Amino acid sequence: MVPFGGWDMPVEYSGITAEHLAVRSRAGLFDVSHMGEIEIAGSDALAAVQQISSNDASRLAIGQTQYSALTTPAGTFVDDLLVYRLADDHFLLVVNASNIEKDYEWIRSQLRDFDDAPAVNTSSRYALLALQGPAALGVLQSLTAVPLEEIKYYWFATGEVDGVRVTISRTGYTGEDGFEVFVPPGQAAQVWKAILRAGAEAGVVPAGLGARDTLRLEASMRLFGNDMDETTTVLEAGLGWIVGWKKDTFNGAEVLRAQKASGVGRTLVGIEMVDRAIARHGYPVVIDGHTVGTVTSGTQTPFLKKAIGMAYVPAAAAEPGRQIHVEVRGRLAAARIVAMPFYKRPRS
Amino acid sequence: MYPADLKYTKDHEWIRVTADTADVGITDYAQQQLGDVVFVELPQVGRILAQGDVFGTIESVKAVSELFAPVAGEVVAVNDALTSAPEQVNSDPHGAWIIRVRPSHAADLDGLLDAAAYQQQIG
Repeated sequence: MVPFGGWDMPVEYSGITAEHLAVRSRAGLFDVSHMGEIEIAGSDALAAVQQISSNDASRLAIGQTQYSALTTPAGTFVDDLLVYRLADDHFLLVVNASNIEKDYEWIRSQLRDFDDAPAVNTSSRYALLALQGPAALGVLQSLTAVPLEEIKYYWFATGEVDGVRVTISRTGYTGEDGFEVFVPPGQAAQVWKAILRAGAEAGVVPAGLGARDTLRLEASMRLFGNDMDETTTVLEAGLGWIVGWKKDTFNGAEVLRAQKASGVGRTLVGIEMVDRAIARHGYPVVIDGHTVGTVTSGTQTPFLKKAIGMAYVPAAAAEPGRQIHVEVRGRLAAARIVAMPFYKRPRS
Repeated sequence: MYPADLKYTKDHEWIRVTADTADVGITDYAQQQLGDVVFVELPQVGRILAQGDVFGTIESVKAVSELFAPVAGEVVAVNDALTSAPEQVNSDPHGAWIIRVRPSHAADLDGLLDAAAYQQQIG
């Protein structure tokens, strides 16, 4: 167990590699209850969410969710998050554990000018279990009457799992099909055990933070604090697709529109090591003898069996195939820029 | 668990002395702490090490760790098999030697831990 955002979290159960491969081939169950929940409700809730987040929440139907950024006026990240539309005027924001207090204070400060859009930190009301992998649907279906096939990617439904009232969201952080289940904390242990029991035959295993990180990196999903933060803009992080360009205004709109017009100076790219070495967070990126950027995430991935990572490099250098070097403990190791995602699940 | 014919360091290396050379690896405790080993960076054969020198690095999915020479001596061989199969460090920690050295100061061995003392250290 390791301390993580105020929680004691398991890094691994049976081992990162075994858990990672189980998720790619069968399914893994993650306890991600550390994630934070902040709700905004009221007649001005949509306008408020539109102001504080980059994506266009007006495009969300009730029962739909979207990936978005909580932006500063500089177009950088306070956090990244999922925005759930629970009702016309009721939104649930799922934020990173280490940012709950910061996000909540930030959101409250941004919502002062809205008459009817109170924000409430409801993190303590939800435990969150993520069942991820090709076997997830079948296993979870055996515990619920909710027709899971009908929940589309990035949509959610309410119902019961093992007799417990839950919200089931077809989302995840692994690159696999799967579900995230919001559970009342008092029943979380019951649902956890029920899923593992129901999934025993299909080979479902508990999975920890370590595999969560290697899986999300293979799937090229960003991690706040590693790949972006309050110093990097949404466009620099390569996330232009979560900007609602048609919105009138939102925090950071001016900066992001200017960056879109003139181009970013640096951008987040995928890298793959050529020499035998592993790039890690913080290692310098060197091109033509000059340090020009930094590795933000890196690991040896269990499924692809390659050393991959993400790094900020000058936009002018950011084409796939370009040779770069990563400084690994004082030595230059050859690498190249590659297109992301590194891993894309086979569609059935 | 910890073979009696090995000596141990507080940094979790082991050393097995045979005739005039000695094999060096990492302990079962160390591999458990690291988790799945994915990369072992080996030194050049012929390198002269002082006791306590960093002779390589070992990386798991989650961490990087340096390897320290338990004794002074010359590196006479490295275990190239670990390049393609680093997971042997996890599956057979006290068999998967990393380097073979020719110790230059026999007295270095006297300062190392025996199995019981090492076991006590890791608790």
